[in-house]
Amino acid sequence: MNRTRPMLPYMVWMTIFIVVPLFLIVYYAFTSTEFNGVALTLDNFRRVFQPVYMKVLWRSVKLAVVSTAVCLFVGYPAALIMAGNAFSRKNTVIMLFVIPMWMNFLLRTYAWLTLLERSGFVNQFLARIGLPSLNILYTDSAVVLGMVYNFLPFMILPIYSVLSKIDRGVLEAAADLGANKVVTFLRVILPLSLPGVISGITMVFMPALTTFVISRLLGGGQYTLIGNLIEQQFLVVGDWGFGSAISMVMIILILISMAVMSFFEDGEEGRALW
Amino acid sequence: MVRFLQRTYVYLIFAFLYAPIAVLISLSFNAARSRGSWGGFTLQWYVELFQDRVIMNSLYTTLFIGITSALVATIIGTAAAIGIHNSRGWQKKLVMNLTYIPVLNPEIVTGISLMILFVFAKLQFGYLTLLLAHITFNIPYVILSVLPKLRQLDKNLYEAALDLGAEPWYAFLKVILPEIMPGVITGLLLAFTLSIDDFVVSFFTTGSGVATLSITVYSMARRGINPKLNALSTIMFVAVLLLLIIVNVRQAQDEKKARRQNDKENTLSLVGRASAADIDPEWMQQQ
Repeated sequence: MNRTRPMLPYMVWMTIFIVVPLFLIVYYAFTSTEFNGVALTLDNFRRVFQPVYMKVLWRSVKLAVVSTAVCLFVGYPAALIMAGNAFSRKNTVIMLFVIPMWMNFLLRTYAWLTLLERSGFVNQFLARIGLPSLNILYTDSAVVLGMVYNFLPFMILPIYSVLSKIDRGVLEAAADLGANKVVTFLRVILPLSLPGVISGITMVFMPALTTFVISRLLGGGQYTLIGNLIEQQFLVVGDWGFGSAISMVMIILILISMAVMSFFEDGEEGRALW
Repeated sequence: MVRFLQRTYVYLIFAFLYAPIAVLISLSFNAARSRGSWGGFTLQWYVELFQDRVIMNSLYTTLFIGITSALVATIIGTAAAIGIHNSRGWQKKLVMNLTYIPVLNPEIVTGISLMILFVFAKLQFGYLTLLLAHITFNIPYVILSVLPKLRQLDKNLYEAALDLGAEPWYAFLKVILPEIMPGVITGLLLAFTLSIDDFVVSFFTTGSGVATLSITVYSMARRGINPKLNALSTIMFVAVLLLLIIVNVRQAQDEKKARRQNDKENTLSLVGRASAADIDPEWMQQQ
């Protein structure tokens, strides 16, 4: 009996529902049906490079980069603290970071809608302590806030898991050799934690770049982000060719960022792209 | 002092993460319709929630799709995991890469690519397309839950069963399946959770009149904030929390029994969805 046979149904399933659909995207991106029949074309990609759409693309990349940076600068210290000895029940603390992540992300985003309203909780709180009200709902700031809120745990957890594995002996050795805390951090801890930082960045940047829900609920306008543009092309405009072309550009952006990431990572532990 | 500051920093992050959830939950018991004032405790919104046709229908759809897709994905996925476990070399690499496509692909791409396929195949958008889509993104997670259990399995057990005269199928049912059962159940629960949690893929693959809870939340949220949604959010939060606790208690029990794995794997198994994107390279190296 061929012992690999049980995976046959799976192979067939994945070919039909994963591989074929991806080829369909490529097919639609490179063809047009405007004339009688189907013609190969680059028009869809040319359209992506029109200023209007480049603006959307640039904005998506910008917001994703800003959100990733905020997550990194807020999350790294948190991971460092958790890996240290500030908390005695570490597993509980980690659990507390995981739980909100498992709440439906629509509901979490929706919760911010309630908080950020003109007469919402945030503004009531600000008024009570005598600060001017904050009207960031339906702006880019609200979108960044929504992204940070949704993706922060994705940054903290991988960094924490790498930090918590660092051998204490290495830190003691650094101290014995005369390094102060700052030097130890810069020359020992930071380089050793780089793999965690890299997977954290990947895990935040990718969903931030591709989301269309956060921007739709918290942001203003219809064409906020690349994800919204794709959604519109498929569900409203019905221009699959253009939608597919943008999707391909988005995938290429992700592949490039993953390649850049793996370039920064140590060769020894490097994560091959595939 | 340093310790105090450190703790405060982490507590502030927790406040940021939990404040919106706490506000939603407390508002679901607020009698006043406006969010500005507290009108006293009420269960009114919960009562109205269960009388709301649209919401109840989407609840049934969510459960139906969740249970069915998790069951089908578990069957296909467990079989696939056994096949992958037995395969070697390029064959194994190919299948594992195939498994990681839906895990690493942005959800929106999975969604639109399936939508194109279903239109191409002239399928009627509705329960069937939704189900096919959910099974598709669930199978890889089942495989990733079952494979570690297969690696812990003693190869000789199956051989021994065959030597003692068991048919391969009988040996599988009586020897292998009981051993990998914890992984299978974890995969089933994970698949169910992912299915009820999904929005993006469902959004692109559902038809008119068929909505999951996530889709209903999305369309209602865009029309304005509704107290019934707060009640619904609270129920869903508690439900997912319970499921998560069950899954994690199971995993903790398994891990006690099994050899101690390293910290990273433990943490990442908690993260579930996040883990799959991250364990990829290391997992491949171990093979």
